[in-house]
Amino acid sequence: MSTVLDNLVNRPYQHGFRTEIEAETAPKGLNEETIRLISTKKNEPEWLLEFRLKAYRHWLTMEEPKWPNVKYPKIDFQDIIYYSAPKPKKLKSMDEVDPELLRTFEKLGVPMNERAALAGVAVDVIFDSVSVATTYKKKLADVGIIFCSISEAVRDHPELVRKYMGSVVPPGDNYYAALNSAVFTDGSFCFIPKGVKCPMELSTYFRINTESSGQFERTLIIAEEGASVSYLEGCTAPKFDSNQLHAAVVELVALDNARIKYSTVQNWYAGDEKGVGGIYNFVTKRGLCRGVNSHISWTQVETGSAITWKYPSCVLLGDNSVGEFYSVALTNHHQQADTGTKMVHIGRNTKSTIVSKGISAGQSNNSYRGLVRIGPKAEGARNYSQCDSMLIGSKCGANTFPYIQVQNATAKVEHEATTSKIGEDQLFYFQSRGIGNEEAVSMIINGFCKDVFQQLPMEFAVEATKLLGLKLEGSVG
Amino acid sequence: MLNPNGKVLLEVRGLTATVAGVEILKGIDLTVRAGEIHAIMGPNGSGKSTFAKALAGHPAYEVAKGEVRFEGRNLFDMSAEDRARAGLFLGFQYPVEIPGVSNSGFMRLAYNTVQSARGRDELDPLEFDDFVREKMKMLEIDPSFLERSVNEGFSGGEKKRNEILQMAILEPRLAILDETDSGLDIDALRVVAGGVNRLLTPDNACVLVTHYQRLLNYIVPDYVHVMEGGRIIKTGDKSLALELESRGYDWVVDEYKARVKVSA
Repeated sequence: MSTVLDNLVNRPYQHGFRTEIEAETAPKGLNEETIRLISTKKNEPEWLLEFRLKAYRHWLTMEEPKWPNVKYPKIDFQDIIYYSAPKPKKLKSMDEVDPELLRTFEKLGVPMNERAALAGVAVDVIFDSVSVATTYKKKLADVGIIFCSISEAVRDHPELVRKYMGSVVPPGDNYYAALNSAVFTDGSFCFIPKGVKCPMELSTYFRINTESSGQFERTLIIAEEGASVSYLEGCTAPKFDSNQLHAAVVELVALDNARIKYSTVQNWYAGDEKGVGGIYNFVTKRGLCRGVNSHISWTQVETGSAITWKYPSCVLLGDNSVGEFYSVALTNHHQQADTGTKMVHIGRNTKSTIVSKGISAGQSNNSYRGLVRIGPKAEGARNYSQCDSMLIGSKCGANTFPYIQVQNATAKVEHEATTSKIGEDQLFYFQSRGIGNEEAVSMIINGFCKDVFQQLPMEFAVEATKLLGLKLEGSVG
Repeated sequence: MLNPNGKVLLEVRGLTATVAGVEILKGIDLTVRAGEIHAIMGPNGSGKSTFAKALAGHPAYEVAKGEVRFEGRNLFDMSAEDRARAGLFLGFQYPVEIPGVSNSGFMRLAYNTVQSARGRDELDPLEFDDFVREKMKMLEIDPSFLERSVNEGFSGGEKKRNEILQMAILEPRLAILDETDSGLDIDALRVVAGGVNRLLTPDNACVLVTHYQRLLNYIVPDYVHVMEGGRIIKTGDKSLALELESRGYDWVVDEYKARVKVSA
């Protein structure tokens, strides 16, 4: 990393920093100038620039983690563009959209008027997003909920952002979190005030601003005392992005008696069948149960990305707080996933539940990695973990890496794990009842994932079911 | 219900089949007409189950030679699921467990798939529930079967009843029941056999693969075939089953060998 510093120090001032501000896109590469440019472009307060610079300086001293069970070529961080103004949508009409994508929309049952938006066609004519968004926003404002982009939050509610950002995932937490803290461009902000139960599911899909969230997304959700919210991230429709590296940070804060439910369906481009291309998804997601009786629940359905490296975690600080993690991770072709959770029990009588379902097909590799830590003061803490793997075909792999650290003798920790395989005999049984292989696999997989799908909001669950079937199309028989 | 003028449902001519390169079926001939009940008996390893699975289209069994027509169609041009949709049913000797998949959901999908392939109306979940409960009542099956995962944790007898329930729902033209009697106590046997009898009509037919004569006290066959070494070596009526029960299989094998010697 010292060469980066050298470059920075020795680089002549040739590009003309001032004119760069007017430009739409920053030059490739990462240095303090890039960070200052981002901050200036976004009209950020001084403290946020300091936050970014501190994170960047820390990042320079860190090394990329080597422990995940994934393989990929070394990332050149100087070959990435870190700031780019929102670009207009590229496609002019649905005729220009990849027919394969349209077929997928068809199968998923994505409503007609939403297909264009998802496919990246300029939609202002067809899709009246403004009116939908406005109604939505007003309804939330009536009960005092703030739901906006993180940039808007920095502008309109700086005291809240300053108070909570980095309080769960500190800027120097890990390599990618540090990188994100230095260069994040946008993301979501959500604040549920004391005693308010959010009247609807909050979805990024309806997150008012049209700016693309970019590759370094930052999300911050705060539920004050007695508040509750259910937040949906992502979409079952495939998401294409020219940026290969994605390093997001998501922070959740739950105060006394607050409840946050965070659901994700991730279907980013996974590369082609030979494993070429595809997104690297290196995410840090963590929730802090700060108050007593607080409750944070993560539900994720991960089906996309070439590489997934993600551990939505809960820090159970408040007494009697509860953390949950429900996950389905599906890998096919050459995808690699190293995903799981961390449950850190600090307060007394804290409880956590982990249900992880890994499905591997093709030549993919799927690892569960989970940590359950019971601290010395966590009297009466309890954890239940269940990690099941299912293999489809004989060229894929599944691994389970559970880490359990218990420092309090009153704690109870249970771990169960199973591995199963969709076999010829199971499929033949379906066939002999008139059911073809693809439907059979879909039904077996949905049965396998039932415990997780039950946690998803109703509509999401239906879509997720279809999505898994679609992702496995052609992998059997 | 012997009916020489009944419609031919299944016609097997010179069928040979291999498993992992080993020839198990060595030339089978069999004709099954509507309204008939056939029993295929024979010692362990004679190829009975292989015959049943090869007809249903199990991928592990490779058909080498011969021809099989099912209601006039070449069976080997059809995928396993198409055979089921066309009305061929295999009752499994060892029904497979499918954890997490509810029995009712499984049966409804099977029913609707088969119905739509036959150009008939599908049923929505509520209609199907009424439909399946009626069948269950007829077959004396506990309603708790519906909520349980397919065959998961079922006793041997429960699994066999579940097979007969599926048969009742799919209304096959030809049911091949592979050792449906094995593992059943006498009460369960009576119930299962009673169910099969209720499902048989002059328009459909049944092939029972069995070791024991016992089942044939309840489901009375029109023909009894003895299989040995991958061939049907003797065919008779229901009295043959009784004779096999008292004398064993050796004499049939000896008779067959003598016959082959003479003709050679």
